[in-house]
Amino acid sequence: MLIDTLNNVLLDVLKELGNIGSGNAATALATIINRKIDMDVPQVKILEFKEVSNILGDSEKPVVGIYFGMEGDIEGNMMFILDLQSAKNLVNMLYGSSNDDRDLNDMDISALSEVGNIISSSYINSLSALTGLTLKITIPSVCIDMAGAILSVPAVQFGQMGDHVIFIETQFEEDNNKITGDLFLIPEISSFDKLLKSLGVVQ
Amino acid sequence: MKVIKVGMADYKTTKSPGILVTLGLGSCVGIALYDRNTKIAGLAHIMLPSSLEIKNNSNKAKFADTAINELIKEMISLGATKRNIVAKLAGGSQMFSFSSKNDILRIGERNVQASKNGILEHKIPIISEDTGGNFGRTIELNSQDGSLLIKTIGHGIKTI
Repeated sequence: MLIDTLNNVLLDVLKELGNIGSGNAATALATIINRKIDMDVPQVKILEFKEVSNILGDSEKPVVGIYFGMEGDIEGNMMFILDLQSAKNLVNMLYGSSNDDRDLNDMDISALSEVGNIISSSYINSLSALTGLTLKITIPSVCIDMAGAILSVPAVQFGQMGDHVIFIETQFEEDNNKITGDLFLIPEISSFDKLLKSLGVVQ
Repeated sequence: MKVIKVGMADYKTTKSPGILVTLGLGSCVGIALYDRNTKIAGLAHIMLPSSLEIKNNSNKAKFADTAINELIKEMISLGATKRNIVAKLAGGSQMFSFSSKNDILRIGERNVQASKNGILEHKIPIISEDTGGNFGRTIELNSQDGSLLIKTIGHGIKTI
């Protein structure tokens, strides 16, 4: 099974995963900051490699990537990526501050990786519930660098399976703090068929 | 001067004047080839070391081995001579540090090695490189003189 030939069933399943996952993530975030969080309906996107570096607009723009290993019945990785403004908004949201000029310090990065953890766990739990697979994520690794360079990490992993990447775009909002993030779910080749079968996409 | 963008898993060539640019190289490698006599330049942005390890390998620009062959072919068709071509390399970093048994995260290193092997098979000398590390690079190959400009976030700008 190659990503390039994936059908609408998978897209629908991923959209459903996105809906449940970001719903859970929004609830978890709202609980932490004790404020209401609005969420947009997530978009599932499939792009060719040539378009990948433009996902966040400018491929030289600094972004924050939070990367996890995925273990259990399926092996693979997950990456949550935010543009720098969204990352700052997220940190402000957590601290209840409104400092737009802040440079991200170590404490901010640690807070971001914790939020990335919550968001990714929300998705992985949804995926677990949808498929009945036992899944968990490892501790995160955070990188702030050019969008193209960070996006190359999931792209290379998808590159082993086809010529496209697939991801879920999510938006959260609290007052005027808007957070747009992209979530990449990257099963290893050996787990890909198993995942598709568990999702009911292939027999 | 015209600026030609090279995407991920893509390659382009140009005659002078012209600049070939690829933005935000991470674990991928930028392979810059240049014929000093005819000022014909070629730039490939490869993602994976070998087309032989992957079943779905129709995109020749994606792999070090096949991209180098295609790039040289295209440069020769523009008038370049193989013995005048020199090579420069950039990229191949490891963006995330991970204690993973999955060696796909160390793909940068393998991409660099495969690119070197591929270039040396054609007896093309590699005259400079800026590879490895844990940061992204944007590179610009200038066909007027074959210089390769490397830009990073927080690790400076240099020309090799």
